[in-house]
Amino acid sequence: MTMTEEPTGAPSYKWVGSRSVRPDGLDKVTGKAQFGADLKLPNMLEGAVTRSPHAHAKIISIDTTAAEAMAGVHAVVTAADLPDLAEAGAKTDDIFMSEKILARSKVLWEGHPVAAVAATSREIARAAAAAIVVEYEPLPHVLTVTEALADGAPVLHESMMTRGVDPAPETASNAASRAVHERGDLDKGFADADVVLEREYTTKPVHQGYIEPHACVADAGQDGRANLFVSSQGHFSMRAMTATTLGWDPSQLNVTPAEIGGGFGGKTTIYLEPLAVRLSTKAGRPVRLVMGRDEVFKATGPTSGSHMKIKMGITNDGQITAAQIWMAFEAGAFPGSPVGAAGMTAIACYTVPNFFIEGFDVVCNKPKVAAYRAPGAPIIAYGVESIIDELCLAIDMDPIDVRLKNAAVEGTQASYGPEFPRIGFVETLEAIRDSEHYRSPVPEGYGRGVASGFWFNIGGNSTATVHVNEDGNVNVITGSPDIGGSRASMALFAAEEFGIDVGRVSTKIADTQTIGFNDVTGGSRVTLATGKVVIDCCRTIKQDLRRRAAKTWDCEIDDVEWVEGQAQHASGTETPLSLADLAAKASRTGGPISVTQSDNVRGAGAGFTTQLVDLEIDDETGVCRVARYTTAQDAGKAIHPSYVEGQMQGGVVQGIGWAFNEEYIHRTDGTLDNPSFLDYRIPVASDLPMIETIVVEVPNPNHPYGVRGVGEAGIVPPMAAIGNAIERGTGCRLNDLPMSPIRLLDAINHRH
Amino acid sequence: MSRTHVNCEINGDHVDFLSESGASLLNALRDDVGLMGVKEGCGTGDCGACSILMDDRVTCACLIFAPEAEGRTIVTIEGLAAADELHPLQQCFLEGAALQCGVCTPGFLLAAKALLDNNPTPTETEVRYALAGNLCRCTGYDKIIRAVLEAADILAANAATNGDAK
Repeated sequence: MTMTEEPTGAPSYKWVGSRSVRPDGLDKVTGKAQFGADLKLPNMLEGAVTRSPHAHAKIISIDTTAAEAMAGVHAVVTAADLPDLAEAGAKTDDIFMSEKILARSKVLWEGHPVAAVAATSREIARAAAAAIVVEYEPLPHVLTVTEALADGAPVLHESMMTRGVDPAPETASNAASRAVHERGDLDKGFADADVVLEREYTTKPVHQGYIEPHACVADAGQDGRANLFVSSQGHFSMRAMTATTLGWDPSQLNVTPAEIGGGFGGKTTIYLEPLAVRLSTKAGRPVRLVMGRDEVFKATGPTSGSHMKIKMGITNDGQITAAQIWMAFEAGAFPGSPVGAAGMTAIACYTVPNFFIEGFDVVCNKPKVAAYRAPGAPIIAYGVESIIDELCLAIDMDPIDVRLKNAAVEGTQASYGPEFPRIGFVETLEAIRDSEHYRSPVPEGYGRGVASGFWFNIGGNSTATVHVNEDGNVNVITGSPDIGGSRASMALFAAEEFGIDVGRVSTKIADTQTIGFNDVTGGSRVTLATGKVVIDCCRTIKQDLRRRAAKTWDCEIDDVEWVEGQAQHASGTETPLSLADLAAKASRTGGPISVTQSDNVRGAGAGFTTQLVDLEIDDETGVCRVARYTTAQDAGKAIHPSYVEGQMQGGVVQGIGWAFNEEYIHRTDGTLDNPSFLDYRIPVASDLPMIETIVVEVPNPNHPYGVRGVGEAGIVPPMAAIGNAIERGTGCRLNDLPMSPIRLLDAINHRH
Repeated sequence: MSRTHVNCEINGDHVDFLSESGASLLNALRDDVGLMGVKEGCGTGDCGACSILMDDRVTCACLIFAPEAEGRTIVTIEGLAAADELHPLQQCFLEGAALQCGVCTPGFLLAAKALLDNNPTPTETEVRYALAGNLCRCTGYDKIIRAVLEAADILAANAATNGDAK
């Protein structure tokens, strides 16, 4: 029923590539793991946030007197309690970030914070937040890119001129910026094609949907410093952004990472943290702030809704000759949609000789978007991989053969600039083509679809410390929050490097005072980049261990080898010294055995995936059942295959939800109609089959173990794969997400 | 504000606490009893992260008023393992990589226990429907379903062994 192929063809390792139990697993199956909302400090207050009921309004006044007079209320914070970064001449992005935390003169979406309260109980805090009287003057709002770009549309930011337009505009608009990627001769490209199609696509904002709502605890002292305990994808970033918003230096904050209950990009930015710190400084007591699920939906995330126009040409023998793409992405209330990444990834799978890709970042009266797993790529892939499938049908060629014919390979100049080193896109296509699933007949009443996806993966800044304890066991300490099992990979790297049992390695993610700087856990970077630094530390220590053995034996270091967890003399005349032996005598050979290293790691390996779905389609109801799903993804090297599969499966299932159900539904007054898991329906177990995984391993030449990063690419193809399956099963093409039963039924009923 | 004195059994111990009127059992378990393994994902009964067993039925603690726990027998994640041994479900989740972030895991384990207590040999489809009230955003459910089926096999084998011994 399910085929899970073990990775093959890589060098043989003892620990790397094994399925060890994750170091944090025991605490998570016994309820001991401490997530963001689980810390309770003595004397702690509970907080609540007052939020805008309007999508767009001017703030006339804020009256906090009634709230402050309530018994049990210890602090109230408004924008007046934060530095005015605009007045201070701060960077535009920082001003916007500060205004996202607390509205100053206008509210820009329903849910925009205007005040926060700390009180002796959650109930009192909520009552006090509700007792804050805000007088608003409602303004007309815009909810989509079409509304926001229309002539005469209400403008959110009166000083925002579109960047990237020549000549520079003289009047403000909701288009924050325009970015272009182009190559070759578009006219010639379309002239060379035998078939040219033009299509429009729309997508809705969708939320990352992590199960743990945002939460933090702040504990400020009277010395101008504060401790912050927060669930996030990067406590160093939380420190920096919180400090900027407060007008503090980052070093005034020590941020301790909680276990994080899902992020998917959505926990890479601040929401509650400066409010909690400011409430704590005002109250002189610790303050805990926890969002409700409705607040998560209304005021965090999501990713962009979009409007895309795509024109693509192909020859009768399957050569893509040209692509023209226009995209506008909703950024929400402040600039910063992933339209740039969408432009870079749009046709990165392929060698298209002529293209023009134009993207607009557009503000509107919705929550500011946050990163969501391969930000931008799934949105544009929905369009590109859909139109490619229509072209395949038009020229009657197999969709995998067409992709193979146009596939980017080593040496291809990527559509976004650099030349690809060794990559594994072709291998993912071949894995699907050769799978039992693809070779099996399509059952009656089913539709089968294929799509591919790309994500850059990134490296970045990481620091790690490795200690060898006096008993010869190893501690690995990093500053990269673990959102998908990365501690297991760090432990496997150390076990492999030292040649010791993985059970002898412990892992820790340390606070900002204890470990050096780490970038956020994002871009599928941790196993690659933080892993690389852990490996570097281990190798430095192994060198040190050889030196210590050489000192013990009074020989040259070159006469000492490190083999399977022990130092051996090349001559074989000395009794080998194990890690435990060397650790026990460390004080006689130079002191404790410990290394800290940092790096800005380069050499990330591009990630590709090809996916295959069978839908059972009920054309009386429009309901599609995912009958079978196979995903092939190039991991470079799967350090812990179970968690690689887990990333692939999780990404696919988020994509399935995006394809069929998930969307922000706004009322005409600009308020969100479905801020709950009941009405914003993410996939549940009974919606799904097993997700079959084929882990492809084409090593990244720039990583010691060949790692590429696997966290994100999996979410890129599912919407297009499902749309392609629907067309092949019903003859109906849906160009708008979500492809809900009612939309499909409507299309089936109008099919000619 | 008047408070209600609630007596119940939690994880085998007699527990009593004072409940605010209108407080959910979820908040009481976390704030008054200190059982932080019970997680809040939504507060509206949609995600299952706060699943507990109340008189052997899987229940969202957020949908129960705390005084309703009076006289009831409650099991939370903190009560699932023996002192020196994990429950087979916990062991299978660990070994089968059936968790990523882990915040939904306590709820899944208790919902799965309720299933296996009532239906020791479920089919894959029965497991999927029994766990449909628990949301996981990380795993795509694949490894969770496998872990529950694996645990069912282990429990069945243990029961057979114990049966033979008798």
